[in-house]
Order: sequence, then structure tokens, then C-alpha cells
Amino acid sequence: MAEFTANEKSIVSGVWAKISVNEIGPQALARVLIVYPWTQRYFGSFGDLSNAAAILGNSKVGNHGKVVLNALDKGVKNMDNVKGTYAALSKLHCVQLNVDPDNFRLLADCLTIVVATKFGSDFTPAIQATWQKFLSAVVIALGSQYF
Amino acid sequence: MLSKKEKELLVIIWDKMLPIADDIGSEALLRMFTTFPKTKTYFAHLDITPRSKQMLSHGKKIVHALHEGAKNINTLATTLAPLSRFHAYQLRIDPSNFKLLSHCILVTLACRMKDDFTPIAHAAMDKFLSAFAAVLAEKYR
Repeated sequence: MAEFTANEKSIVSGVWAKISVNEIGPQALARVLIVYPWTQRYFGSFGDLSNAAAILGNSKVGNHGKVVLNALDKGVKNMDNVKGTYAALSKLHCVQLNVDPDNFRLLADCLTIVVATKFGSDFTPAIQATWQKFLSAVVIALGSQYF
Repeated sequence: MLSKKEKELLVIIWDKMLPIADDIGSEALLRMFTTFPKTKTYFAHLDITPRSKQMLSHGKKIVHALHEGAKNINTLATTLAPLSRFHAYQLRIDPSNFKLLSHCILVTLACRMKDDFTPIAHAAMDKFLSAFAAVLAEKYR
């Protein structure tokens, strides 16, 4: 399991504090659906996902984006036990939602890119590396209870 | 598959990046080395300290190749044939690493372009970089 130094925890908390979760969540999820359209397979009940504009304006996508990103809060606050924090969610995604865990990495990548568009040059290589180390731990945790 | 609009958008973006090719390329490489340290194993022969002469020169080469690819998207395999051979027979970089550099190129562009790096630009660029990487790995076996 990944271990984080005090400095790394501070970097991740710092990024998280500057993120407007209810703004970034919808953007990150919309990007996943736009950049990797096959992921739309999980969102059959969301209505019109036929093009980028439709996806960006879709309120179900927006609301779900908020749900997903708000769930990252627990991970930020429990970096010493990311795996335990997401055990239940992992099981849910496997058993109920039947989501291919490769999709967690796609979301993590889109989230990183959205953060980069907001932070610009403040998203330094060092901060990016630590942020991605954290997201990798979350991605692994979400896949950990699959069977 | 890239639409006509996406191909035009890619040319616009890479035209903008060409004058700062060394900045963009070296930043993408630095991001890759920092986030994915295993990628440094391919660069033991170069000085990869941030913005070293060699990093700037190497970054510039990469961005120039990407620009060339964007301008010749319909003939990517022929345009990149020499680079393709070079990667297959000399460099022999494991193709999984192309994804890592591609991701860091996207992050570099996102930081520079901010809101101008729209979801549509992101999608087009991701598709282009995937196609580019596929051509680079084409002659591997």
C-alpha cells in the first residue's frame, strides 16, 4: 500500500483545498465521457450524451460528477489508509455497478487534466507527481475488492 | 478516427506550440520523469536536470515531430516511417511508455492553454497522440 510523507500529504491537501469540488467533478466526468466515449456504456439512463455539448450540459452528468468527486474527500482526509477507506466503494463498483476498474484510471487522468487547466503553471511537475501518486492509490483501492 | 474539424484544431494547437517547442517538450519530459520515475531508465545517457541543454534540445525534437505529424495526419505512417524504424530497431522503448509521455504532453498543454484546452481539444489531442504512438510502435514486431 502506498505510504505518504508529511510533505506529500500537505501537497495533496493543498491541491484539494484549492479545488471547487462541485465545479471540477462535473468537468472531470464530462471529459471521461467525451474523450473515452465507450465509458458511456455505464450511463444509459442519463439521457442525451450524443455530443460534447450535450454531455457538458447534461444535468445528470453534472450531479453525478459532484457525487464522484465528493467521494475523494475521504481519501484526502485518510491518506494513511486509502485502501480501507474505499473498500466498500470498491465492492459496490464490482458487484452492483459492474464497472471495469480500468475506468478508474481514465477518470483519474481526466481529473488531473482538469486540475491542470485550473492551476496552470502552479501545477508544477513535483505537485503533479504527488497528486498522481495519491490518485493511483485511490485507483488501486477502488479495484482492490474486485473478484 | 479524427474528424476534419479535429484535424484542423490539432494543426492550430501545434502551430501555436512550435515557437516554444523546447519549453513544451522539456516540460512534458520533466513531468514524465517526475511522475513516472521508471521512464528515466531510457535516458541514462542524457543530462535530464530540468531545462538542461539536452532536455531543451530533446524536447524540441519531440514537439517538432508531433507538429509534423499533425500537419500530415492523413499520411502518418509514411511521414513517421524513419521515426518508426528508429524506435523499433534502435531505441526499443517499451510502448507502454508512449502512454505516459502522451499523458504528460496533455497535462503540459492543459497547464499552458487552461480553459482553451477544452474537452474537444483534449479528445482530439488524445486521439492524435494514440495514433502517433501506434505508428511509432508499428515496426516493433
